[in-house]
Amino acid sequence: MTRVVIVGGGPAGIAAAAALVERGVQVTVIEEQRRPGGQVCRSPSPGVALDVDRLLGGDAAGFHRFHADFAALRPQIDWRPETLAWNIQGRSLQTVSNGALGNLGFDALLLATGATDRIAPMQGWTLPGVYTLGGAQTVLKDQGCLIGRHVVFCGSSPLLYLAAMQYRRLGATVAVLDTTRFGAKVSALPKLLAAAGTLAKGVALMAQLRRAGAPLHHGVTLERFEGDAEVTAVQWRDAAGRRHRTPCDAVAYGHGLRPESQLAELAGVALRFDATQRQYFPAADALGRCGQGVYVAGDGAAIGGAEAAAMSGRLAAIALLIDAGHAADPGALPARLASLRRFQQGIAQAFAWPAAGIAALDDAVPVCRCENITAGEVRAVIAPDLGAAEVNRMKAATRCGMGRCQGRFCGNAAAELTAAALGRQDQPLDRLRAQPPVKPLPIAFAIGAEEWP
Amino acid sequence: MTTQRTEVCIIGGGLTGCATAYALAKRRCAVTVLERGFVGGQSSGVNFGNLRLQFRYLKQLPLALRAQRMWEELESELGESVEFSQTGHVMPAVTEGHLREIDEHAIACQEYGLVVEVLDRAETRRRWPFLGEVVLGASWSPRDATVNSRLVCPAYARAARKHGAEIIEGISVIGVERLAGGGFRISTDRGLTIESAHLVNAAGAWAAPLAAQFGEAVPAFAAGPVQMVTEPVPHFVDPVIHAVDGGILFRQTARGNILIAGHPRVPVDAESQRTRVPPAKAVMNMARLALIAPCMKDHSIIRAWTGIEGYLPDMLPVFGPSKTTEGLLHAFAFCGHGLQIGPAVGAVLAELILDGGTQTPIAPFAIDRFGGDVIADKAKLKHEFDIEILEKKL
Repeated sequence: MTRVVIVGGGPAGIAAAAALVERGVQVTVIEEQRRPGGQVCRSPSPGVALDVDRLLGGDAAGFHRFHADFAALRPQIDWRPETLAWNIQGRSLQTVSNGALGNLGFDALLLATGATDRIAPMQGWTLPGVYTLGGAQTVLKDQGCLIGRHVVFCGSSPLLYLAAMQYRRLGATVAVLDTTRFGAKVSALPKLLAAAGTLAKGVALMAQLRRAGAPLHHGVTLERFEGDAEVTAVQWRDAAGRRHRTPCDAVAYGHGLRPESQLAELAGVALRFDATQRQYFPAADALGRCGQGVYVAGDGAAIGGAEAAAMSGRLAAIALLIDAGHAADPGALPARLASLRRFQQGIAQAFAWPAAGIAALDDAVPVCRCENITAGEVRAVIAPDLGAAEVNRMKAATRCGMGRCQGRFCGNAAAELTAAALGRQDQPLDRLRAQPPVKPLPIAFAIGAEEWP
Repeated sequence: MTTQRTEVCIIGGGLTGCATAYALAKRRCAVTVLERGFVGGQSSGVNFGNLRLQFRYLKQLPLALRAQRMWEELESELGESVEFSQTGHVMPAVTEGHLREIDEHAIACQEYGLVVEVLDRAETRRRWPFLGEVVLGASWSPRDATVNSRLVCPAYARAARKHGAEIIEGISVIGVERLAGGGFRISTDRGLTIESAHLVNAAGAWAAPLAAQFGEAVPAFAAGPVQMVTEPVPHFVDPVIHAVDGGILFRQTARGNILIAGHPRVPVDAESQRTRVPPAKAVMNMARLALIAPCMKDHSIIRAWTGIEGYLPDMLPVFGPSKTTEGLLHAFAFCGHGLQIGPAVGAVLAELILDGGTQTPIAPFAIDRFGGDVIADKAKLKHEFDIEILEKKL
């Protein structure tokens, strides 16, 4: 095996690198950030005095283990931080690093590109002070900053409780408004029991928050984020329909995660629709093989959290070794990973994506925040023929999904709105096609690349 | 299995098909358009949006000027916005050769009634101070314009339908036969058969096999013009900036994004209908952009794409009646220049069908010109196409 490239230095990518190095395989790991860890094991920027142990509580051990493992692995791999893969052509990744464009050839490519927040648009969601749930954690872990002193954590995600507790530990007052009913969580219990330890941790978090005096409500309906120049309160209804208003100076909002699958798509990997999660994932076998020397692992392959990410990284590395002619045995790993992923299907069921709420969005609510396109503008162009009959046509007609984020943050909602307007909610959703560059590519980096005229 | 009779059947719902359907339906002629995907889904809907008169093939100017008059009224004609914007085009010269070309062109287009102004270096940079040192002068045509090409075909198709045209999307033609008594039978994959007196072959990059079926083979080939766009930036430029050699061009949309394109065109797979932008091509466009407009270096590309366009080696379309088959008309392989002339192409095809002729000169585009004496414009091709396309095609 000549050239193995891993994209992503989080738990999945680093576990894969470790498994390959153990077998004497040379690997190059490229990572967009300055430091390894992905989102879950993100470490503070140099010079930031942050008490990680206090912040992470019971999760601190995993954090320290990851960084110790990485420190040991570091001299044995070709580690390229601050490197963005912006495209794939054939057997070559196009990269940008330190202002320089480059090409990185590979024979085998392991994509551990992670996930980002999945957001459902609602009244006021683009107000300053409204952060994604993951964003709220990022500023805390990276910069040691809180997004506010009085923060409402809302939406539907198990991370609501974790992020709220982290903010509570650092002195913020917090409230949790969970849009899923407690009953949904109970009915998902059989799947959730597939990872009883994680389930117990989640239950313990809720208990800790209650002991800390944090208001915690299930089955709420979020009505609007209120404010003029910035968010000042959350208006919501409880399960019985009573109206409430919770003042705040910041909101952390999210509905679970969406995979960063653009590179896989550009590599030619087929995508599969997951009907429970109502979104697409790279199509791979149980070990993470997508065919033609491409492998996927971590949350970019299937939302599963840090433990499943590391496990799937090791498995993809084993698949890669087997395909390269090494004797390698996945053993019981596939079964354990399947069990963790069953747990995640339970999570997806317990913390459901609010498809019906998006279908019913008020016409005035912006769906695409980059281009400022509203739900009404999307609906106006939808027509079964001679109009937009699927989401990419809708994008062409409205510019929804054409902005800086390239539909990464509005794509899920845009697909729901399109399907609802066409009465096709029961079918697999449409999907905005990925186009390069994966992230904005500064023109300055190309200066001198071409003699012209 | 149903059979429908109509006067005119059009294969292909790109701009040619939609504009022709509109022109026919407006004159109360029964017309059916068959489109495999969505109207305007291919090159008609993913192009740069230029409505450029200057530096067009001179013998195309009567058609182009007729088209421009139609564009100037099109939004009120169709009752929808297509983001028509008549801000003029600047064509900067970046070599001494370009300077000679713009001088010659400004004189040559006078006889067709097109007014083009030649600007020296100082005047060019006075009017558009953001242009780089590389610019030596420019040709300026204030009547040149732009539209949002994504909006044009659906708008034409909806307007045609209001006048009674039948436009069917998501239907593929699987066979065309000539009927004994004249006319055509068109079979589709949806069990629908159309019988028509006239047939318009407007299938774009996929039209050549149908022409060949009627004994009119042409050396058409497919290629992709690469387009890219930046995030929105503060407004700084009204006209399109288009280097004389087409090596780089850009414009700013109303939203503020900078839309970028430039030769050479890249290989595409017309068979699978999949297109990919070669990364080296994206980088080339970025580097040239930074030379012609250095202020652009502070911005980022957020998306790149291409489409599938039909070309012919002399860089002129096939457009006009079949020379072998009564009732058949061809209009395809517009060589990257189809958007601007589209409305007039539709009007002329309607005239050919309903009036038996047209006042607009179209002889240079006859399908039988490939008898052996048509010489490929090799220098132009070499400049405008990726070498991989030419090696395969020439």
